[in-house]
This record gives sequence, structure tokens and C-alpha cells, in this order.
Amino acid sequence: MRAMMKVLAVLSCLALLMTAVPAAADDSFNLERDGFSTSYTYNYDYWGDAQASPDAYRVSKVIDSVSLGLDNLGGTRIRKAQSLFVKGQELYVADTGNNRIIQIRMKGDDFRVERVISEAAGTIEDYTHAENYYNKTKEYEAKIAQTLNAEKALAALQDPSRDQLASDEEIAKATTDLEEARAAEETAHDEAMTAEENAKAAGCRIWQYEAWKKNDEGAVSTFFNAPNDIAVDEAGNIYVADTNNNRVLKMDKDLNVIWEFTKPLDATFDQSISFLPNKLVVDVASRVYVLCVNVNKGLAKFEEDGTFSGFIGANAVSINMAEYIWKRYFQTKEQRAASESFVPTEYENICIDKDGFIYATNTIFSEYDLKSDSAKPIRRLNSLGNDILIKNDRYPPIGDQWWIQESTQNGPSRFTDITVLDNDIYVAVDRTRGRLFGYDSQGVLLWAFGTKGNVDGAFTGAVSVEHVGYSLLVLDQLKNNITVFTPTEYGSMIFDAINSYLQGQYDQSAELWDAVLRMNANYPLAFRGIGRAVLRQNDFQGAMKYFEMAHDRENYGRAFKLYRKEWVEKNIWWIILIVALLLIVPLVIGRMKRMKWEVVMHEHSKVRK
Amino acid sequence: MSIAKSVSKPAKAIKAESRKAWWKNYASSLRYSLYVITHPFDGFWDLVHEKKGSIAAAHTFLFLFLLTRVLKLMLTSFQFISAPIQHLNIFEQALSLLLPFLVLCLANWAMTTLFDGKGRFKDIYMAMCYALVPYVLLQLPMILVSNMLTFEEGSFYSVFLSVSVIWCVFLVFVGLMEIHDYGPGKTFIFLIVTVVGALVIIFLVLVFFSLLSDAIAYFISLYREIVYRLY
Repeated sequence: MRAMMKVLAVLSCLALLMTAVPAAADDSFNLERDGFSTSYTYNYDYWGDAQASPDAYRVSKVIDSVSLGLDNLGGTRIRKAQSLFVKGQELYVADTGNNRIIQIRMKGDDFRVERVISEAAGTIEDYTHAENYYNKTKEYEAKIAQTLNAEKALAALQDPSRDQLASDEEIAKATTDLEEARAAEETAHDEAMTAEENAKAAGCRIWQYEAWKKNDEGAVSTFFNAPNDIAVDEAGNIYVADTNNNRVLKMDKDLNVIWEFTKPLDATFDQSISFLPNKLVVDVASRVYVLCVNVNKGLAKFEEDGTFSGFIGANAVSINMAEYIWKRYFQTKEQRAASESFVPTEYENICIDKDGFIYATNTIFSEYDLKSDSAKPIRRLNSLGNDILIKNDRYPPIGDQWWIQESTQNGPSRFTDITVLDNDIYVAVDRTRGRLFGYDSQGVLLWAFGTKGNVDGAFTGAVSVEHVGYSLLVLDQLKNNITVFTPTEYGSMIFDAINSYLQGQYDQSAELWDAVLRMNANYPLAFRGIGRAVLRQNDFQGAMKYFEMAHDRENYGRAFKLYRKEWVEKNIWWIILIVALLLIVPLVIGRMKRMKWEVVMHEHSKVRK
Repeated sequence: MSIAKSVSKPAKAIKAESRKAWWKNYASSLRYSLYVITHPFDGFWDLVHEKKGSIAAAHTFLFLFLLTRVLKLMLTSFQFISAPIQHLNIFEQALSLLLPFLVLCLANWAMTTLFDGKGRFKDIYMAMCYALVPYVLLQLPMILVSNMLTFEEGSFYSVFLSVSVIWCVFLVFVGLMEIHDYGPGKTFIFLIVTVVGALVIIFLVLVFFSLLSDAIAYFISLYREIVYRLY
């Protein structure tokens, strides 16, 4: 009975403790969950907790239809704009809802509409000229052939080796034919020349007609239909992803159509689906990479001459082991057909850096794959299409570290666009919480800022981000405006520190990091930067201190190794002394004991005698 | 008076002697752990059957094990461990090891009693505590060693950690085999059964407490109802 009571008491104690433990565990970790930082700008510390930080960027200007004066230019306001593109001082906005492109010239703080591109140059009139020229050329070619035939016929008649000599009438007739043909050729030549001059005067070229003819309807639509993206190459040619026209339009800087990329008639392109180019980038060699809707093979690559040369960078199929077993062995055929199959997902957006690597963002993933980094929401694709993004931080670049699971309002960060600054710092814009995340080339979070809302600096539907120098431009498709962010003193100091480190000016970099640290003591990168400089000055212990604060194990190990060497060299005599003592003392004691024992034994033997 | 004095004196002496004997026994049972971990087959048999071990020593080892665990979290060089110290509660950490340990001992005892295991709960507890000794012996010095190593030399550190854990698992296995007088196959099966048993225990405890809290809530609401009616 007593034993039973004892057991019961122990059990109830255990149970009490068990109920207490999870409650206690909950308590200690619920700080700053879901990335709900109360601060506008923040970054994550080593433990993944959001740490408030000074603002790295502030809103310098918000550009909308009114400030651009678009009300006065035909009165159409920006509607559902999808993309931004910056080339030099030109800013292009794909005003998708209005089927047009707006070209804006930036001059410091001044943004002025340069032109509104609502159609490619070359009207139907131009095409009639082109067509005329084309027809006349063909006619001229036909006339040349006729002349040649007539010449041949005459030569045949006059051939002396003939069995039967031709009559004079026949020869006379052939000669007249030839003369007529020559005259017709002359006329056709003149007509063709005139047609060419006319066509040139109208500013169109023969390829326009060919492009036009290629289309079954007999005309290239010069108008856009839902242009979702725009890009400009080095030569100033403009590329438009004209989504609902199923084409990518390549125009020169005066908007003359150069080429039209339509659905590739290639076995690798599924012919049953329509070609809906959504996003595009152009590299230095004028190769065009197109992200198409409903295509999951990666980016369609077009050469400069418009030929399709395959897909690159297909998203790997992510197979969940449990899901696979469930689908393969437990579902019926009908269930399997009804449920989605294992297919790779499409990218959300793409961007090209100065070295020609394509940065792609991906928003379709399982949120459980994020922290293990199998989702890879940001990728850097090389020419083979492999992801070569460097990730040297504790956490992969996934945006917010904490979020409410399985919720449409919150959930993980989903990057709708990305832009790469000149020093390989990349900035991705998150549509879930309207935030911008900046990462350095090593994948370390520099800052995160932004929120949802209607005030300046908050977004409701951020879709695109671009940069001009260190300024960031963010397009909001619901507010239909562009927010211009410029770095604050704190933000530019971080950039300067990184740049001077990359340029090899380590001491200057350390000074800048020190200044950053004065503004934000929770900045691991700054500790690391100072640690590196201190290590270069051979202050190992100081470097260890800074690296420990930055939780930088590799560098700490490096500093510690040097410190350990120095310490051993300095204290070598003490070490030898201690080791010697440890070895000699027991030896001496043993010897003494034996001597004592021998003496005793000797005494004993004496006694016995 | 004189009689009382003469009686009390030897009684005190006896008490002092027995205390001395207890300390001696305690010390020898502590020392015996070194024999157990190096000769587990003989060691565990004699531990129980020859009364070479003591519960006091077992308590000591368990305490040292928990202490090692906590010290490891606190003092290991940050290069080798990433414990969020600002979030940690050392009692929580200790309990998160102690409770599963006790529940597993209990489950093992409950299961093996039904299938002619020779060990009593006390024996099982004692053997399990002695099996934790390598963990303490290896990991405690490794805390110090970790502060003398760099990140690149980490393999040296991790090898010792794995050795300590593998050694402990081996000792647990052999210990249970010797205590219950089982064969290796049966011991292995009962290791799995023990885990299942532990889950059942946890389930029952949770059900018990949820029912208890419901019952308490019932009586509280009943009391409130009565109070409302009366006033």
C-alpha cells in the first residue's frame, strides 16, 4: 500500500513537471515571432531573432501618374504596372494595364516622362511601302530570269553546230523577245529602285515586311497587348515581353521592329500550349532569356538572330519522400490522375547582373523546405543553368525567418522581384509583407525594411524593384506608383564599408564598420569586419573577441590558432616545468618509498638474525 | 546515570563507525564504476548480484550526468556548440533529460517484470546510472579541451563525443542484458518495447491530468453555481 502511494506520488510529480515544461519552453521563444518586428528596418541576429536597426533607406520620393503629369498626356493613369527597367538614366515602366511602356528620364531627383510607347513604329502605310518594294524586287528578279531565258533561246538558235540552221524569222523573233525582255527588266529595276526609295523614305525595312508576312493574318500588330516586362540591351534595342500577343518584340531605339520572337517551332517546346512570355532579360551578347507562363523547363533562350536555342536553368523537381510513397503505392489510379504530378515549378521573376549571371526568384515551394534550404527562393544561374548563389551565413537567404504557418495573409516571404547592385549586393522584394531584403555577395542579410500599408514607404502590392546606383525603385501594382528609396547615412556607411573591404582597404573598412557599430550595436557583419582588421594588426585576443561577437567560427578559429601559438611560445618554460614536475614528483616519491621499504626490510632482517 | 552513560558511549561509537562504513562503501561503489565501464559483462553482474554498487553512487552519477549536460551547454567553446544561452533555462535542460530517463527506467521495469526479467526497479535504475559514467568521464574534460581547439580541429572533438555516446549505449545494452539475465536478441526487443511503454506512460499521465483538471473544473463550477444561488 505504502509502496503504491509512493509510486503514485512520483508519477503525479512527473506529470506535473511534464505539463510545466512545455509551457516554460513556449515562454522563452515567443519573442519576435513571425518576423513581426516593431521596427521598420531590422536584421536578424545569429539566433534568428529580429533586431531593430536604424533605417538603412528612407523614402526620397514617390512617383505616381499625377507627379509624372500623365494626366495631361492623354489622361491615362498608370494601371496594373508590372515591371521596371533601368538603363543608365532611363527608367522604363511596363504599364501592363494600359498596354504601353512609359519611358522616364531621371535627372537626380527629377523624373520626367520622355515618351509613352504604346506601339511599335511602322504603320500599315509603312508596310504597304515595304510590300511594294518586296513585290517589285520579286518582279525584277522574275524579269531577270526572263531575260536570261530569252538570251539562252537566241544563243540556241544561233548555235552553228545545229543540224538544221534556224530560219531568219525565228532569229529575228528571238532577238525582239530578248530586247523586250531587257526593256522590261530595265523598267522593273527602275520600279524596284523607286519602291526601295519610297520604303526607305517611310522608314521601314524589308525585314518588317518579312516579319509581317510570317504572320498568317498578314500583319504584325504594332500595338502591345499586356506587355509584362521590358529590357534594353547595350545597343539601345528595346525588348518587350508582349504577353497576350504571344511574342517578344525587339525594336531599335526608334521603335522600328527588328525582330519578333514567337513560339519556337522546336520539339523541346510543348506545342500544345501558347507562348506567353512574362519576364525577360537580355545579356551583353543580346541573347534574350524569356520566362514563359506555364513553361516549367526554365528560361527559353533566344540567340541574337532570333533563333530559339533551348531552355536553361530548369527548376529541379522536389520530391517529398513520404508524398512519393503515398502517391506511388497507396493512391488509386484515379486519385493519382486527379492529384497534381511531380513537376518542377516556374520562376517568379528574373534579373541579370553585370557579369551576366541570371538571378531568379521562386515563390512556389513548401514552407517546410525553406529553412533546410531545399526551396531556394533566390537563385543565381550560370550559363549551364546551375544555381551558384553563395550562402555563407547561418541562415539561407529566404527573407523572414519566422512566420505564421499555413496562412494566406502571412506565411513565408515570397519574392516577386530581385535586383543586383554593382557590388553584388542583391535586393529582393517580398509581396507577403511588402518588405525589401538586402543580402551581400556572401548571402548575409544586410537589412530588411518595409511594411504593408498606404503610407509612403509601405506597399500593398510590390511587384518590381530596380536600382539606380544605390537608390532603389519599387513599383506597386495596386497603388500604381514608384517609391524611390535612397540610403541613409547608416545605409551608405554599410555599403562603403563593404566596398572598401572589396577594394582591399581593410583599415578604412574597419573604421567604417566601427562607425556602423556606433549606430547599431546588433550588427554581426560590423563585428566581423572590425575583427578582420584587428587580426591584421596581430591583436589575436582582440580579434577573437570580435569574431565571437559575430559568431564567426572560421575566423575565430584562425585568430585562436595564432593566439594559441603565441601563448605556447611565451609560456613554454612553464609548460615544461609543469610537465617535468608531473613526471618527476611521482618518480621521486616512488624512489623514496622504495628506499624506506628497503631500510625497513633491512632492519627486519637484522632483528630476525 | 552511570549506566546510561556507559550505554550511550558505545551507541555513539557504533553510529560513527557505521557512518564511516557507509562512506567507505560509498567510495568503493564509486570506484567500482570504473570497473563496470571497462568490464561491463562482469561488472554489471557483480554490481547487482554481489552488491558492489550502491544507490547513493547511482544518484551521484545521474546528478553528474545532468551537471555535465548543463556545463556543456554553458561552457563549451562557441565554435562547437550553438546553444541560445539567452533562451536557456538550466533546470529545464536538466529536466528534459531526467524525466525521459526516469520514464524509460520505469517502462523497462514494467515491461521486463511481466516477461521474467530478474531486475528490480532499483537494479535497473542503478545499472542505467552506472552506464552514464563514460558520458561524464569523456564529456567533462572535452568541455575544457573544446576551449583549446580551433574550428578546423573539430573532428577531434566530435570523435570523442560520439565515442562517449556509443559507449553509453553499449553499456545500457549490456547492463540490461546482465540484470534481467536476457540474451542479446531479447534485450534488443525489450529496448524497443521499453520505448513503446514509455510512450504509453506519457499518454496515460497526460490523460490522467487532463481528466483531473476537468474534474476540478467541474467542482469549481458547481461551487460557483451554489454560491450564485445562495446569494
